[in-house]
Parts: sequence; structure tokens; C-alpha cells
Amino acid sequence: MSTASALLPTRKDEDYRYADLSALERVWPVAVEKIDLAAEEVRELVLVPEGRQVVRQLAITLARGARFDLRVLNAGHAYGRVGLDVRLEQGASFTLGAAQVGGAAQMLELVTNVVHAGRDATSRQVVRSVLGGQATGTYLGKVMVARGADGTDGAQSVRAMLLDRTATANARPELEIYADDVKCAHGCAVGELDAQGLFYLQSRGLRPAQAKRLMLQAFLAEAFVGAPAAEDLNAAAVAALEALL
Amino acid sequence: MLQITDLQAEVAGKPILKGLSLTVNAGEIHAIMGPNGAGKSTTGYVLGGRPGYEVTGGAVRFNGQDLLALDPHDRAAAGLFLGFQYPVEIPGVSNVQFLREALNAQRRARGEEPLSGGEFLKLAREKAGLLRMDMDMLKRPVNVGFSGGEKKRAEMVQMGILDPKLAILDETDSGLDIDALRICGAGINAIMRKPDKAVLLITHYQRLLDYVKPDYVHVLAGGRIVKSGGPELAIELEREGYEAVA
Repeated sequence: MSTASALLPTRKDEDYRYADLSALERVWPVAVEKIDLAAEEVRELVLVPEGRQVVRQLAITLARGARFDLRVLNAGHAYGRVGLDVRLEQGASFTLGAAQVGGAAQMLELVTNVVHAGRDATSRQVVRSVLGGQATGTYLGKVMVARGADGTDGAQSVRAMLLDRTATANARPELEIYADDVKCAHGCAVGELDAQGLFYLQSRGLRPAQAKRLMLQAFLAEAFVGAPAAEDLNAAAVAALEALL
Repeated sequence: MLQITDLQAEVAGKPILKGLSLTVNAGEIHAIMGPNGAGKSTTGYVLGGRPGYEVTGGAVRFNGQDLLALDPHDRAAAGLFLGFQYPVEIPGVSNVQFLREALNAQRRARGEEPLSGGEFLKLAREKAGLLRMDMDMLKRPVNVGFSGGEKKRAEMVQMGILDPKLAILDETDSGLDIDALRICGAGINAIMRKPDKAVLLITHYQRLLDYVKPDYVHVLAGGRIVKSGGPELAIELEREGYEAVA
């Protein structure tokens, strides 16, 4: 473990633009957790941080042909922040599936910097947030494709569901591309539960909270598709939703 | 079973139902026919309790209860089923999970024991078979990627599983080819033609009525019933048109 800069970030720092700086101050400095995958290594990690104030900062490197599957459930913290710096060498593959579930005045953040340093690497990011009360959910995600990293395939799919008009979602997918032959896609949407769908489910006998839970559960599950631990993650996400409904 | 008295309702401030009265007894099948804009779908939605459909007057009793005072899920638990003209797609939620939760929510509301997973699957298989629907389809998300006909058949499977006392079926025949129409018609008969059940069929055309024979036919125009009769009225309407008859 190495230690990040001892200096507390400020609002001018793009990665901390929406951060709860006073909460951050209490846990600062944050130790960076390093994860290095050797060439062709395949690994999975499930990250479900616990605590009122949690800040996790991971630095992940993937050597040639390595594959890393990371799933995150960021839920129920007064302030919960997960920061990821990811570097992919040639032919490496990185999958991130993250769900954020927050209510009351909770503040949840996911900040990713994914660097495609080598050719033909793939990154997939799926982020789903459900926010109620006065909660704020943030996703700041940058994909940087280095010079010469041709054949890059990067995708970001970011969606947030607001249960109350007082909740806030910040979403900023960002691309910085210095190579020519690159496929990068990003989609981003903030919305509310489909009223027609809710009525349909209720007309069959589901209580309003049950109908909402069912729809939101399906929404969050998109972040965990294909994960070996999908079942456990879905159950944990449902438990987090119950606290909100 | 169902007594609608002088029902008035509006949508977005526009009056649609203007004094609708209708009584449906157990063991009866009623058809409501009428031109576009007559208030047919509004009738279904008002009875189902859809938000945005504002009741401004009149009363509806359902098996002795004030139907309009109940939330949509309580109407379902009381035995009301609304078949949608356009069944809604719910991505990510499988039919099996949805219907098991819905059925057990209804059973709990009535003070009955919930069904176990095994018991539910047995029931679902039986009802799907009735509508010649593959169990694999029921494992897929609700209505997602279903054709128009498959959606309507899935609605009838839902009806079979939930086993309501009164089914209000809003244009169940729209979007059906001839074979699907026959299958849905047979399904409605098998599930609902019983002495303790009743059906309100809302439809434009006579063709569904060839398979599900109504005891009474009503013409809805301008937000109220303007004419009632036996099954022969549907045939007359088909031949002469709404304007001539009503």
C-alpha cells in the first residue's frame, strides 16, 4: 500500500468536484489499494464497502491479456466514495459493474479513470444508481486512449433513477482519445420510474412499494449481469433498496 | 357482483364518462361495444384505478365494497382483473417472479397462505398450457420482445394464475391473428365462464364474441350506455354500424 498525497483535495480538483470534503477530511489521507494483474491473469473482485463514511481508492493495472471483473455495491453510507485508476496493457479486459443506492442525505460517488495504454484492450463500465430523499449519486468516468492504442474498445453505460424530485444524480462520462482506430461508446440517462409499469404491476396485486422494488431490483441487476457473485449482489442490492422504500 | 351507478370521470380535465350505469351479475358475460372515443378504455382504467383517471361522480360497488375507495392492488386482491389493451413491458422482471409475487401478495391480503415455488410453477404450467404458451416464455421478462399476440396470451395466462372473480378485458382481441383469437377466446371461457365469475369484454368488433358468447351487449357512446340487448345486438352493430343502431 502506498499513500496518496497528504494534501486534501479541493473543489477545483475535477475528480472531487462533487465530493463531501468535510467527510473526506475525516478519513484523509486515503491509502491507495494496489491490484496488479500479471499477463493473462484472470481475477474477480466484489467490493461492498461498509461504514458510515467510506472512501476507497484502488489502483489497478492489467498486464497483457489480463482480465479483471470488478463489481461494486456502494450503498447506505452517509458518504461513500469509490475511486478507480485502471491501466490496461495490450489485449487486457476490464469489466466494472457498479450499483449505487442512497436515500436521506447520503452522498455516493464513483470516480473512474481508465487508461487504455496498449492496443486491443477492452473496458466495459455499467453503472446504475437509485437515489431517493435528498441523496446525491455521482459518476465521473474518464476513458483515456493513449497514442498508439489502436483497436481499443471502451463502453460506458450510466443510468440513474430518481425516486424523489429532491434527489440528485451527477453523471459525466468522458473520453480522451489519442489513437485513430478506436471504438468508444457512452450512454447516459437520468430518469424516474415508469408510471405505466408501476400501475401495471399494482393492477396485478403488488403493493406500491413492492412494485417499485421489483422494477428497481431489475434496474440495478443490470450492473451485475455476468458476475459470478450476481445472486449475492442482487440480494444485497434488494436489502439496500428496502431501506429506501 | 358489479354495480356501476351514474359514473362520471375525466382525464386531464376533460369529461369522458358522463353517467355510465351498468350491473353485472355473477355467471354473466357482458360486452361493451362502441365507436372510438366513446370512453371504453376509460371505463376499464377507472375501474382498475389508474392514476390520472379522475372520478367526478357516481358510485361503483364490487361484491358489496366501494370499489373506488380501494387502491389498485386492493382491487386486485378483491378479485378484479384488468386486461390491458397495450400490456406494459417490464424489462428485467421475469413473468414467473412477477406473477408469483403478485399472486402471493393477493393471497396474503385475503389472509390465505402464500404458494411455495413448486406449487406456483405447477399452477403456472397448467395455465400456460391452456393458452398454449411455452414455460420458457414465462421465464422471460414481462412482455419484453413479445409480439402483440403473445402479449395478449400472456395476459390471459396472468388471468388464469390470478383467478379473479371479475375480468375487465380491454380490447383483448386487438392485435390477434385468427389462431391467437381462438386460443384467447377458449382461454377466457375456460378460466372465467363459471357461475361465480363474470366478464366485461370491451371491444370494437364482433369477432371475439364469436368465441366468447356474451349474455348481454351494451353500446357505449358519448360516455354512457345508450343501448343494451342480447348477443343479437352485436351482430346488428356489425352489420349496420354504430351510427345506425345507437
